Amino acid sequence: MMRYGQEWSDRRLETVLGTVLRFGVTAAALVVVAGGGIYLWRHGGEPVSLSLFRGEPSDFRTPNGILRSVLSLRGRGLIQLGLLILIATPVARVAFAVASFAWERDRFYAGVASLVLILLLASLAGWVG
Amino acid sequence: MYYICIIVFLNITIKATMVLETVHAMTTLGFTIVTLAGSLAAGFLGALTGLGGGIIVVPMLTLGLHVDIRYAVGASLVSVIATSSGAAAAYIREGYTNIRIGMLLEIATTLGAIAGAMLAARLPTGAIAVAFGAMLLFSAWMNLRPQPEHLEPARTDRIASWLRLGSSCPAEGGTKTPRTYGVQRVPAAFAWMGLAGILSGLLGIGSGALKVLAMDKVMRLPFKVSTTTSNFMIGVTAAASAGIYLSRGYIDPGITMPVMLGVLTGALLGAKVLVRARVRVLRWIFSGTVLVLAYEMIFNGLRGRL
Repeated sequence: MMRYGQEWSDRRLETVLGTVLRFGVTAAALVVVAGGGIYLWRHGGEPVSLSLFRGEPSDFRTPNGILRSVLSLRGRGLIQLGLLILIATPVARVAFAVASFAWERDRFYAGVASLVLILLLASLAGWVG
Repeated sequence: MYYICIIVFLNITIKATMVLETVHAMTTLGFTIVTLAGSLAAGFLGALTGLGGGIIVVPMLTLGLHVDIRYAVGASLVSVIATSSGAAAAYIREGYTNIRIGMLLEIATTLGAIAGAMLAARLPTGAIAVAFGAMLLFSAWMNLRPQPEHLEPARTDRIASWLRLGSSCPAEGGTKTPRTYGVQRVPAAFAWMGLAGILSGLLGIGSGALKVLAMDKVMRLPFKVSTTTSNFMIGVTAAASAGIYLSRGYIDPGITMPVMLGVLTGALLGAKVLVRARVRVLRWIFSGTVLVLAYEMIFNGLRGRL
């Protein structure tokens, strides 16, 4: 049913994926903590209703806008960058799976994983919704 | 006994967070601290019971802190990605996760998640709250139901064997020979996964219980394969709807920062304690909390207060 080589490369893929995940989550959490620190330092004393519960400006909802506000060292921009890294982590995981199925010449599952990747990118890029 | 005390304390923390009606007099720092504490407790309990932090975080933010439900769902989705990815990194090395099954069913869950996120933007917030309450009732019922004995491993049927889904996993009891398992009824499981995706995108939860149900009961996978593969899928599913929430402007940095950090830390602590905890007592206490939250969500949703 399953050849030895296939099983071996599945295991190797799993190890690589595990590393990607751990790295992504750690990086995201650190960036969010840094951004949160700056944000609270600057705005911590303000009443809550002024800063929350409103639609986000484009600075905080598109990858370009987020990068712009990170470059001007805004705390909330940095938080959003961390969240973007976090959302990108599963996307990277699927991209790795595409590459590894292609490496195994498993066309069917390379196609399956590509389809999932396209759906993820479409939603992140704002093409759907 | 020691753990029961901790659980009772955490429940009180969550409920205390909910009765804080003075939110509009709060400072941003105060809001952050309260949300962080509540999310920490939610992540901890979610990991211990296996239901995830999302089902507590969303009611806490909406009922207690009067956050718009779509912002609460957005923040919860992000924390779902964090805990799923954090846990998957540990699970994936053990060799139970079936990546082929995960990838194939992710087509269904991501399509569902995108549909759920689109639905969330079009439904009135009260309707989302009522749906959330119904899901809480279902979770409480699933959680308290006696776990039936697992059925014998199935033979792989025609579709599953064409899709090469059968595999092997480490056998229980420490024997070296891996245990091979078969897979059944892929189309039915695919449909269940679509539903799990819709609920995830609409309510900001991982839908882990539904995913495990589809793999365990419909496809007849070994339980450990179902739970780890489900966890593998949860992050990808949540990312599909989180992208839409982000580009719609429903992911607020000020709300999401404490929720994500709190739930992630709580879940990591919960996973450490899990081995020693008395899960049965805990399930009852947790289900009690969930029932109260279900009532509040449905009642306030119908009254149009959320």
